[in-house]
Amino acid sequence: MSDRHLIDLNVNGETHEALVEPRKTLLDVLRHDLGLTGTHVGCEHGVCGACTVLVDGEPVRACLMFAVQAESAEIRTVESLGRDGELSDLQRSFSEHHGLQCGFCTPGFLMLAEGFLAQRPDAGREEIREAVSANLCRCTGYQTIVDAIEATATRRCHAKEKEATA
Amino acid sequence: MTARFDGRQGRWVGASVPRREDPRLLTGRGRFVDDIQLPGMLHAAFVRSTVAHGKLAGIDLSATLAVEGVVAAYTAEDLGLGDIVALLDRPLEEFSPTAMPILAREKVRFTGEPVALVVARDPYSAEDGVEAAVVDYEPLGAIVSEESAFAEGAPLVHDEAPGNVLVDVSMFDTPGVDAAFEAARAGGGRVVEVVTKSGRQNALPLETRGVVASWDDHDDQLLVQMCTQVPHQVRTAMARSLRVPERTVRVTVPDMGGGFGQKCVVGREEIAVAAAARRLNRPVKWIEDRREALTAGFLAREQRYRTLAAFDEDGRITALDVDVVCDMGAYSCYPFTAGIEPLMASAEMPSVYQVPEYRVRARAIASNKAPTAPYRGVSRPQYVMAIERIMERAARELGLDPVEIRRRNVITQFPYTGVNAITYDPGTYRESLELAEAAIRDEGWYEIRERAAAEGRHIGIGYCCFSERTGYGSGAFAKRKMAVVPGFDISEIRMDTTGSVVVTSGTMNHGQSHETTLAQIVADRLGLHLDQVKLRQGDTERIAYGWGTFASRSVTIGGSAVSLAAGKLGELLCKIAAHLLETSPDNVRLDGDGGVVQIDDPQRRASFEEIADVAYLRSHLLPKDVEPTLTATASFDVPGDGTFSNATHAVVVEADPGTGQIKILRYACVEDCGVVIHPQVVDGQCRGGIAQGIAGALFEEITYAGNGEPSAASFIDYLVPTATEIPDITVTHLETPCAFTENGAKGAGEGGTIGAPAAVLNAINDALRHTGVELDVTPVHPQTVLAALDAGVHKEMSVPS
Repeated sequence: MSDRHLIDLNVNGETHEALVEPRKTLLDVLRHDLGLTGTHVGCEHGVCGACTVLVDGEPVRACLMFAVQAESAEIRTVESLGRDGELSDLQRSFSEHHGLQCGFCTPGFLMLAEGFLAQRPDAGREEIREAVSANLCRCTGYQTIVDAIEATATRRCHAKEKEATA
Repeated sequence: MTARFDGRQGRWVGASVPRREDPRLLTGRGRFVDDIQLPGMLHAAFVRSTVAHGKLAGIDLSATLAVEGVVAAYTAEDLGLGDIVALLDRPLEEFSPTAMPILAREKVRFTGEPVALVVARDPYSAEDGVEAAVVDYEPLGAIVSEESAFAEGAPLVHDEAPGNVLVDVSMFDTPGVDAAFEAARAGGGRVVEVVTKSGRQNALPLETRGVVASWDDHDDQLLVQMCTQVPHQVRTAMARSLRVPERTVRVTVPDMGGGFGQKCVVGREEIAVAAAARRLNRPVKWIEDRREALTAGFLAREQRYRTLAAFDEDGRITALDVDVVCDMGAYSCYPFTAGIEPLMASAEMPSVYQVPEYRVRARAIASNKAPTAPYRGVSRPQYVMAIERIMERAARELGLDPVEIRRRNVITQFPYTGVNAITYDPGTYRESLELAEAAIRDEGWYEIRERAAAEGRHIGIGYCCFSERTGYGSGAFAKRKMAVVPGFDISEIRMDTTGSVVVTSGTMNHGQSHETTLAQIVADRLGLHLDQVKLRQGDTERIAYGWGTFASRSVTIGGSAVSLAAGKLGELLCKIAAHLLETSPDNVRLDGDGGVVQIDDPQRRASFEEIADVAYLRSHLLPKDVEPTLTATASFDVPGDGTFSNATHAVVVEADPGTGQIKILRYACVEDCGVVIHPQVVDGQCRGGIAQGIAGALFEEITYAGNGEPSAASFIDYLVPTATEIPDITVTHLETPCAFTENGAKGAGEGGTIGAPAAVLNAINDALRHTGVELDVTPVHPQTVLAALDAGVHKEMSVPS
């Protein structure tokens, strides 16, 4: 198993070097080599979505991708949300709506929603519910997660309209 | 009993303040067990049994040790640890004590049982090492069902448990049971019988179990960082298994990604990892993977009830005769034992109804399946389903409306002492039923149901009424004759020189928002801003003992201890303030705004900061009999039989005759958990619980093949409902303040899970009411519905014209 590759990973706008076995998942490299532990391990077979990150803007299961496959991509993790210690509008909305309890699945849902809203900024409640069904949460019953994302979509749309009319 | 609750005086209790745990969890800065990295840390993985029941003929770890990166590999013999033994103080004919070895010795009892431990430089190498292990099994016949457990000459899961019976208790048999049944048969009454069953379910916290164990020479202690709801219980059991003094083990819990009861018992893997860390004198980490969690983690819920009930002609229940069998799997869990489910069912089966005569026999059987542990609701989803099915069946046979029959039977006078010798504190059993029905009726669901039926569609309405004991004090557990009796909790509170406080509790948050809700209680009690209160929990060094978080006990018991400790500190602050203000202690009071005020001259006041400054930095100014420390400790236990939250759930479903799928169209929950500390949090607990209840009603199940192979080893086979399966749920609160707790609150953690299976099942049966088929087994899969509809069609066709 001494077959290792030196790779560059562009994560949250920074370039990192990592020496990895080809079998090492992007998830494990993010967590263990780069210390970005916000992305969580829930099932390691692509169902629960706790490890969701954005790869070139698309929500992706970091447990189903090998780190060596992600070399030329732009990766975003939960650590990229918010700025200067302030929560992003999406994060604030999760808190306002009690869209998290134990918080373990939360980074995955945040990145899923971030990627989804970038593609479908005017998504309605049912579309959001459909998108959110990609990930598992065991605490909330999902309703407040849908509420939080819907409120963010509405707020962002209003802000855009305001910008357009200003 | 004098009511301790004195109304909603405070500023924080009752408000949905922003959760204090949110910022770190939303930014990825929460710290979960797998986030912990220690210098020189090694990684563990387990060799697990591939057969359900067999003799261990040989374990060869030589190839494992040759794998690159593998540092060590151990069998049970190598580690030589003491077993985990959970005990009840009951005679042998009622309880067979059995032992759970840390690693399997001599034989294996379920597929996935840990047989050997591999430790390596990284998790990938550890798994390589596991794959290289060679284990020889001599398979024995597997016990996979009630029938196979009771069969003549059946193989024994434990030699100590004859007939594969772990617990066999007949807790109640009142003198008039038989007469009541005879009267019902002879007169205009009815005897109804229902056999209900529920599938084996996984509590399924999204964070799997995990541990990082390391020896700390400085503290002369083994530091065990792990996700558990019960750190002190783990410390006790681990110290005994390792055969070391308890002071040499410290258990701490970082953030925890759910537990739901699965993490409120002591697991064997964590002890094995701790032993390896001690032996290697290096930190060792183990993170359970999902496959292990599904096949070898603690499971729950597989129960069968045969319930006979006698009703008089007015639809009033006159007697209940119940036989319960709980499949507890291969081992009894510590400290609750295999009695947890049957004893819960026996004691509380009459539920919210006035049952005059009661007989029950409840058995726990051993099988070659992963062992069971408490799971959110513990038996209550099952016995509630049994009695709610009885109500529905009786209503149908007596020609009564399902709500009306409940109305006639539900307890309305409190306190009520039941045939089960339990005294229920005041609740809103009848009111919640009326409100839930009104919601469904006012929204026109009954008309929608009838119109749908006319169009050949299957829409049904289902109800479930229940109460749940939430304040399980030591009295309640002692009644069960547990050898280890949980119940009380302790809190310590400490004020610093700036007048802020740190509160320590023996509870352990894993999503229930303790950092916010317990702080709200303290802030109100002392008159502090929420920001001046910090809660710390999950560390056995911070508090003498604690029972952790389970059975909805955190706010009722933990919250009361926290409140009492704050009250004691308040008294101390008043005493010092009186001295500083040169007045008598009974002439001062807390002013609700971070200070103490003189009653007869409100201009004279001492702030907490001023008092704290004196207490610590100018202690020569303290009264002579006051020590320079602003700390207080209090413990709390619930008196009597505890506190009871209650609720009614109302559900509307549609069964699709083409696919057999059940769609939930409306879900309403009316609940009463006493004083609501944080409405948003209580709503969240209800909705999350209901989602798990729906999961049990419609989706999740682990079955076993005849050879003991489990059906679900991944999320491909174990169907966890997602956002498209769980509907929006309305939650309405009633508040009957509890007289037994310091804050008027009852617990709110489990109710949703308890009410949902029965409500959903009743709604499905109502939807299928024209087909002549009744379903009494969960989960109700689409194929079950299709088969029922199919049978119904045949039945209709066979009806002579």
